[in-house]
This record gives sequence, structure tokens and C-alpha cells, in this order.
Amino acid sequence: MGLKEKLHSIKEDFKGKKMAPAFNALHTFLYTPNETTHSGGHIRAVDDLKRTMNTVIIALLPVLVWGIFNAGYQHYAAIDAAQGVIREASLFGNFFTWDNFIMGAWTVLPLVIVSYGVGLAVEFVFAVIKGHEVEEGYLVTGMLVPLIVPVDIPLWMLAVAVVFGVVIGKEVFGGTGMNILNPALTIRAFLFFAYPTWMSGDKVWVHGAKAAAGTPDAFSGETILGSYAQNNSVVYDFADKFFGFIPGSVGETSTFLIIIGGLFLMFTKIASWRIILSAVVGAAVMGLIFNGVVDQGWIGEGSKFYGLMSTPFWEHLIIGGIAFGIVYMATDPVSGAQTNTGKYWYGFLIGFFSIMIRVFNPAYPEGVFLAILLMNVFAPTIDHYVVQANVKQRMKRLKLKTA
Amino acid sequence: MSKDIKIKKGLDIKLVGAAEKTIADAPKSRTYVIKPSDFHLVTPKVLFKEGAAVKAGEPLFYSKQDERIKFVSPVSGTLTEIRRGAKRVITHLVIEADGTETTHEFSKLDVNSADAEAIKERMLEAGLWPFIKQRPYDIIAAVDTTPEAIFVSGHNSSPLAPDYNFSLKGKEAALQAAVTALAKLTPGKIHLSVAKSSDSVFNSLSDVELHTVTGPHPSGNVGTQINKIQPVNKGETVWTVTPENLAIIGELFLTGKFNAERVISVSGSSVKKPQYYKTKIGAEVSTFAYSAGINGDNVRMISGNVLTGDQVNADGHLGYYHNEFVVIPEGDDYEFFGWNKPVFNKISSSRALTFSWLFPNKKYDLDTNTNGEHRAFVVTGNYEEVFPMDIYPLQLLKACMVEDLDAMEALGMYEVAPEDFALTEFVCVSKQPHQAIIRKGLDLMHEEIG
Repeated sequence: MGLKEKLHSIKEDFKGKKMAPAFNALHTFLYTPNETTHSGGHIRAVDDLKRTMNTVIIALLPVLVWGIFNAGYQHYAAIDAAQGVIREASLFGNFFTWDNFIMGAWTVLPLVIVSYGVGLAVEFVFAVIKGHEVEEGYLVTGMLVPLIVPVDIPLWMLAVAVVFGVVIGKEVFGGTGMNILNPALTIRAFLFFAYPTWMSGDKVWVHGAKAAAGTPDAFSGETILGSYAQNNSVVYDFADKFFGFIPGSVGETSTFLIIIGGLFLMFTKIASWRIILSAVVGAAVMGLIFNGVVDQGWIGEGSKFYGLMSTPFWEHLIIGGIAFGIVYMATDPVSGAQTNTGKYWYGFLIGFFSIMIRVFNPAYPEGVFLAILLMNVFAPTIDHYVVQANVKQRMKRLKLKTA
Repeated sequence: MSKDIKIKKGLDIKLVGAAEKTIADAPKSRTYVIKPSDFHLVTPKVLFKEGAAVKAGEPLFYSKQDERIKFVSPVSGTLTEIRRGAKRVITHLVIEADGTETTHEFSKLDVNSADAEAIKERMLEAGLWPFIKQRPYDIIAAVDTTPEAIFVSGHNSSPLAPDYNFSLKGKEAALQAAVTALAKLTPGKIHLSVAKSSDSVFNSLSDVELHTVTGPHPSGNVGTQINKIQPVNKGETVWTVTPENLAIIGELFLTGKFNAERVISVSGSSVKKPQYYKTKIGAEVSTFAYSAGINGDNVRMISGNVLTGDQVNADGHLGYYHNEFVVIPEGDDYEFFGWNKPVFNKISSSRALTFSWLFPNKKYDLDTNTNGEHRAFVVTGNYEEVFPMDIYPLQLLKACMVEDLDAMEALGMYEVAPEDFALTEFVCVSKQPHQAIIRKGLDLMHEEIG
């Protein structure tokens, strides 16, 4: 008896029992189910939710690998810098090294494991209690979470946040497909407001910086946004910023790989090109407005907003988490706008508000996650007006007819 | 005058096993079955007891909702069985054919001189009325309504669709008689849509407004055409008739006889020799299925097309409205890592490691596997790509699921039929039963609003 037949007979044994969804969730990872059509059309397209989610994960893998190496690289680079040695980043010289990988894997993989372990456990429990199949939504959330937190976030905090995010952010609304807020961002927002000292400042972005603080070996690693917000000069050049040799949350640093992932997602039609395009436009427009304000001389160099306002608009797009947010988070179909017209507005406003919050928020100079959460809340409103336009047209047609 | 309708959104599902353009007489069927479930929302009131002799074209039962709507026997023979299901609902009326073809005859009616009342009356008494469907609700037309217009789609864009130009060849006179008659029942027009090209059987018809449709499926769906030509407003009714039923209607006016003959296509990847067969409404599917030959045992037989038809067993019968019979493999098997490996042999509307976008002209051998399990609605924007009507499909489906009548009405529920959601159902990542959701929504509206 082959594996297929064995699993089939176990599945038949579980049928109708409480634990059936838990077994089926594992079973369907190995084999697509033997289910056939029972109502409506007799054939179905090949795409299912697992494939959709899997495609997003594929698009995230390069970013994760980069994040692992970068965690190690930033750690050693910061130690060097503290000792007065300036490193010149080179891809194969000192980036893709065994040391960096060991250090990065040692810090990043536990985040991935905790995120998936805790999150899927919650999903399984809810699926068994509510008696529905385990939905795939968390596959992507679980991968996003470790990529949008600082490397040194304590694992227990992450676990608490994941439980909060999945239960309050998703399950209380009815589970996958029903949530209003992006679950991964809910988790990040929880961490941000519950444990702010672990989520911002200049001591959290490089592994070991917090532990070493106050010791003779102390070093720090500030994000570029942090430097700009304090009107400090930035030591990184364009290539560093674009390719990602910079400190930041695990997955957000390499704009280059994020663009590749974004192109892949748009090509596969999994992510909405409408949202991505309009978000980039929105961010550029806001950036241009701020640049204009600076050019007009309305804001002096003494202003605390000067640093970020004077940052060229295109640079805003490649520093911080905005690229990651636009490509992987804003495109979440459940919490985003659902109509095609609505997606343009939704994306545009995310980009627009991201840069606005980034500039005007002195305490924590990154706005994309707040902007996306804000627009998550307004997405149904946007859709409402789009759909109402269609409804009004239909009413008008009726009136023309009767008049 | 001809007008062009261009459809851009949609998806042509190209399948293996299209019917060859040859015609064969199906072996004579021993029994014929009329299933009242084919007539949605009709409660039958049977006119005969079991064992009674009936003639072809003689009313078997009428609708409890409107006694004037009669349903006739396709053949002459004996009503051997009235099969009932749960709650004693009549599920099958079985007629054993006697082979004599005794027909219940009417006098001929000159459609050119007859008035609307006479035409209506003849259609009702001769059992032709069930062929007229109405929107809203996609049910048999209410007798006393006056339709804004009547729509006929002479272009079938569904997968493995039979070619009307072939199956209706020689029926031009009957078609003409039918449209001339129906034209008197509406103050509007009869809109007839045909595919481009073609010296089609429809091109020479008068009394119709001819439209040319181009584009992928569902360009041939009458619902799509209504939406583009003259969308249904609240309070309005339009009628739809399919061409093969037009031919039956016309023939009755010309000859006085109800001719239940159908030229159907027998197709699908599991059919050995896919071709056209001449048979009758309600005939045993085994008569033509085994004549054409079936590959393998584990197959699904479908009366109707693969997107909207009904599953039938090997001892089942052709549906009342169906002019297709399709056999495809059952897909009740597991597939190892089917959800993440690259796929070349199935159709996809995305490009997520699925490569059907590379081969737009390839024909596929699809089975009945759902390729995934039922999930909540997650993905957005993919229905719109295959849904050409000026309606928001996802929002309408959700309104139906929460039974929000106001929203359903506002979002265009009066304009749709379940078949319009066959393609969104096909591409649905969450494997939701769209057609069933819409049908339920329509029934609810019909019950609450009427």
C-alpha cells in the first residue's frame, strides 16, 4: 500500500471527527484532495488558495535569504565600525559569507519558526473548534512577520504578538477572508505599541546592539530614516540603500530584491499591479510636495522636519519599509480595496500617507505600516463609493427609461 | 441592421474532444424521462395516472403556479412511472415509448396573420411555453407579462459548444416562423446575436435585430448580450429563447406537431468518437453515449455543457433544455504536491507557476477535480477579468450570501442568471459554488419581491 492509499484510509477514519481539519491540513500539503465538483460547473481552474499563498512565499524567499545574510553582515559591520574600521560592502567579499549566514540564521530562523509555530497552532485550534478546514491565510502572514520586525525582538514577545494578531486581528472577525486589518501588520502594531523600546531607536536594528549597550564594546546601528529624522548625515551610498547593505527590519532592506519579488507577483497576477503602481505614484507625489516645500524655503534647515523633507522623493521609495510594505502588505486582497477602481485610490493614499507619516512622525520615522493599517480601515469606504457609482448608474438608467 | 458587440473580458476554455461535424441517428430510446426539476420553481400537477397512454405532444402535467403552462410528452407511449423523491416531490415522469409516433396534432397557424393572443394561446396549449425563459430570475416566463424585448443567442461560446449552423441546418423556415410569431408578443424587438463570419442559418431571418458578437466566452451567453444591448431594469422583464427551441416552436406553427427532435453534440475527452446525434428530448443518454463509445469507467456524464449542465448516470436521460452531452474523466484522485508544482496540463487564469497563458490555443483534457478545497473569499480582481457585464460580481455574490435583498437589487440581480457566473466559478480560487449562490439569491428575491 503506497503512501497515497495509506493517507486516504486515515482520512476516511478521521471523517466527521473533531480532528479532521487538523489532519486534512497536513494531508493537503502532500496531496491536493480527491474532491470533485458537485454543483454548478463540472470543471475548475487549477488555482487554489494554497497555490496563491505559495506564490507569495516564493516571492518572499529571496528577501528572507538576503535578510539572513544582512543580519550577520550588519552585526559584524557595526562591531567593526565601533572599533573605527569602515567596511566597504562587497557582495561576495564580505556579504555572502559563512559567518554572516551562521549569525543571521541563528537570529532570523527562530523568528520564522516562532511565527509559524505559534500562528499555525492558533489557526489549527480555531479550525478544530469551529469545524472548518484550516485556511491558508497564515502561510503568508507567518512569513511576513519575521521580515518586518527588528532582528533582536525577544521570541516571547513575538509569540504574544502573533497570538494577539491572529486572534484579535483575524479570528474574531470570522477567520481568513473576513479580517479588516492586515494580520501581519496587526502583529507589528501590537509589538510597536506594547514594546516600543524593542521596536525603535538606534539599538534594535543590529543584532547584539541592545545587549552590548553600556558595555565597552557598545555599538549601534541606526536606520537611514533614523539618521534623516535627526538631521544627521547618512553614511550609506545609493548602491547600499538600493541593494540593501543597510540596517533595518529583517526583510525590508533590499529594495532591489523587493522590486524583483513585486514584478514576479504582478506577472503571476497574484498581487494587484493597480495597488503597487498607484502606491508608488502616491509616495512620489507626497515626496515631491515636500521637496517643493523645501525648495520654496518654507522650511529652514533648523526645522526638525528638514532632514526627511529634503530627502529626494525617489530616495524615499528605496529607504525604510515602504517598498516592502507596498509590494507585500498593501496588496493583501482581503484587507485592501476589492474593486479595481478602488485599488487605484487605496494604493495612492497608502503611498501618500506613508511619506506624510514618515516625515511628520518624529518619534518613529516609518509610516508605511501605519498608512496601510489606516487605509485597511478605509478600504471598505473606498469600495462603497466605487460600488455606489455603479448602483447610481443603474438607477439613472431606470429613470431615463421611465421619464 | 447589424450591430457589433465586442467582449474583451472572458475566458475561452478549450477542451479536447470537440464533436466532429457528422450526424448519426441515435439508437431508439426505450424510455423517455421528463424531470420537473428541469423547470425551476415549477410544481407539477400530473394529468394522468400511471399506466395511461399518452401521445407525443400531449400535455403530461401543468404548473401548479399557473395552470395555463403545460408540459408535453416528447413521444407517444405509456406513462409507466411517476417517481417521487423526498417529501413526495415528483422527480421523474417515465414514458415507455411505443414507437408509433402518434402525435397530438394542432391545426396549423399562419404566424403572419395570427394575432398575439392566438399565438400565445397556441404556445400555451401545445406545451411550447416552457421554452420561453425570462429575466429577472431565469425561470419560465410569466404568461401575462409583456417583455421589453426578446433575446436569442445564436452564438454558443461555451466549451465544446455545438455549432448551431450545423445542428439547425434546414430549420430556417421553422426559425423564421418562430421569430415572426414571437415578435408579436413584445412591443420591443427580437435581438438575435450571431458570431462574426459565417453564412449562418440566422443571417437570412427577418423580424429580428441582428447583432454580431466577438470575443471570448461568455460572449455567447444571452445574459452578456442583454447587458450590452438593453440591460434589464427594475420592474422590467425580458424573455430569452434558445435557437434549438425556437426551431421546435416554429415547427409547431408550421406543421401543427410538437417535434421533440434534437440534434445534440456528444463530446468530451472521454468520448471515443465525438460527433452529433439525432435524438429526442428526454431520451436515455446510453443510446448515444455507447454508440459514440466511452473511454474508461470512471467518467462523469453531463447533460448540458461542462459549465452549467447536470450530472447524469449511465441510465439517466437528456435534460429538457439540453442540446449537448459531454463525458469527461472523474477527478477523484489525489495529486502529489499538486498545489505547488508547475502545471502545464490544466487551465489557469493566473500565471502562478501555471503555464496555460503560454499556450493560448492548446486544448486541455480537464477532469472534475476541484483542484483545491472550499475556502472563504480571499482573492479579488480575478472574477472581473472573466466577467464582462457591468456588474460587480464579488459584491453581488456576497450580497446573495448574506441575503441582503436591497443590495442584491441595487447591484443588478435582475440582470443575471446562474450561468453568467459559470466562469467566475471556474476561476474561483476559493472554490465557492457561485452558480448555486446566485440561484439561491434569485429564488429568495422571487419569493420576497415576486
